[in-house]
Amino acid sequence: MVTPSLLAGRRARNRLVIGLSVMAAGLGLVMLVWILGDVALRGLSAINWDFFTKLPAPPGEEGGGLANAIVGTLILTAVAALVAIPFGVMAGTYLAEFGNSRLGTAVRFVSDLLVSAPSIVVGMFVYLILVAPTGNFSGWAGATALAIIMVPVVTRTTEEMLRLIPSEMREAALALGAPYWKMVASVLYRAAATGMMTGIMLAVARVSGETAPLLFTTLNSPYWMEGMNEPVANLTVTLFNYAMSPYDDWQTMAWGAAFLITASILIMTITSRLLLMKRTKS
Amino acid sequence: MTEPATRTPRLYAKPRLDAPTANEGTALVDDAKIQVRGLNFFYDEHQALTDNTLDIARGKVTAFIGPSGCGKSTHIRAYNRMYELYQGQRAEGEILLDGVNIVGPGVSALDLRHRIGMIFQKPTPFPMSVFDNVAYGLRLRSNLPRTELADRVEEALKGGALWEQVKDSLHQQGTALSGGQQQRLCIARAIAVEPEVILMDEPCSALDPIATGKIEELIEGFKGRFTIVIVTHNMQQAARVSDYTAFFYMGKLVEFGDTESIFTMPKEGQTEAYITGRFG
Repeated sequence: MVTPSLLAGRRARNRLVIGLSVMAAGLGLVMLVWILGDVALRGLSAINWDFFTKLPAPPGEEGGGLANAIVGTLILTAVAALVAIPFGVMAGTYLAEFGNSRLGTAVRFVSDLLVSAPSIVVGMFVYLILVAPTGNFSGWAGATALAIIMVPVVTRTTEEMLRLIPSEMREAALALGAPYWKMVASVLYRAAATGMMTGIMLAVARVSGETAPLLFTTLNSPYWMEGMNEPVANLTVTLFNYAMSPYDDWQTMAWGAAFLITASILIMTITSRLLLMKRTKS
Repeated sequence: MTEPATRTPRLYAKPRLDAPTANEGTALVDDAKIQVRGLNFFYDEHQALTDNTLDIARGKVTAFIGPSGCGKSTHIRAYNRMYELYQGQRAEGEILLDGVNIVGPGVSALDLRHRIGMIFQKPTPFPMSVFDNVAYGLRLRSNLPRTELADRVEEALKGGALWEQVKDSLHQQGTALSGGQQQRLCIARAIAVEPEVILMDEPCSALDPIATGKIEELIEGFKGRFTIVIVTHNMQQAARVSDYTAFFYMGKLVEFGDTESIFTMPKEGQTEAYITGRFG
């Protein structure tokens, strides 16, 4: 028997919990808007033509930009992606198509571990195998660290996207006499293209904001890039150094770098979400 | 039925449910394209087909009927060795295509599937244009000149009764067509490579009656040109389109005969019970 007072109590508790949930959601949203707003507000003032075209100026001197770091980050990310994407796509294909074996389970487990491994651990690892033996920070070492972070992300999204394709699609292509590899390349990749692209973009977005692995491997440089065997200027480590510096104009530059990184990751993430939405709709 | 006398099946012996035999003579026809002899099929330890022996008549339509899970689909998936995709599935016995055993090593599954096409329950257009869909099988085997490829695609689409609807939009996505059109696209894709046999696994069960009617017309027109095996849950469909009918129950071939006899005077009680809707 539900008495009126019991009912009132339930209603009150219901309202209380809804209220708390809304507050929690609001708090998260406020934080996000605060961070993005602050970065935009302070960062935009540093963004101008020089920011994209000039080398960093010494502290106290007017002007200067982060052109070398922007180029460096683009190159490091691109090299990492060129290595990680084929690797990840092939590993994901193996897991989706042939991965119901003990090896598949092991690979899947290791990928999951790697996805959640702190990136600084990857940086340390690459430092120990590539930097310490040669005694030289280098672009290659940084790109390697970024690639290691990307591979499991690409692997797992590729696997998931291929698994979404109904088995009839595979059978239909094979029933026409297609060899397995050809069926995968010409039918499955096409069917999963949008989803796989999304995974790749998310992976690129993730590594383009990484600092810790680069700190141990590529370090940074105030100059234009001299090659992949030398330290390479990059946005995240520059941001880290400049933000720690006592100079106001360097700190402004750091805000500019923060804005640029945040904006590009935001754009990549939103684009990939839109792609995915389009895919699920069709 | 107005078939030549040589094409009528000779029923030597009635298969029995309790003890079907692999001996010849259970369900044979004179001009067989496919001869199945003592086919057993296993999903791991579970035996799904027991000792199936029958013939598929050349250039005719053979319908497989029976309640869900009776092994009809399993049976035809052995003809193009589709089961090999999956671990733990295996076939024993013989399936002779023009006298050559296609089960087991020695025959390439790729070659086999070029000779035996398949249509699935759900239409399976590939995520590419209508043209590329139909050209898919052709491109696998040969490097046809552009114009010849276009001719073959047109011919196949005409064969699938889809040409009129898509001739001006060959480059639209195959997935953008309606369900019935998608299935006809799949049929066009299958016949483009000129297979000898076409396996149809409930090709109309996802379609509305009008689309179903069009597919049945196509099947009717394919007689003589292709050997067709169609799995169906629809008794009327089996009666309408097929020359021969096989009734399966629990992995065994219960009765086989020309369609008219099966539907008008079935010899087995179970067949009669099934086709009159008393079980299944």
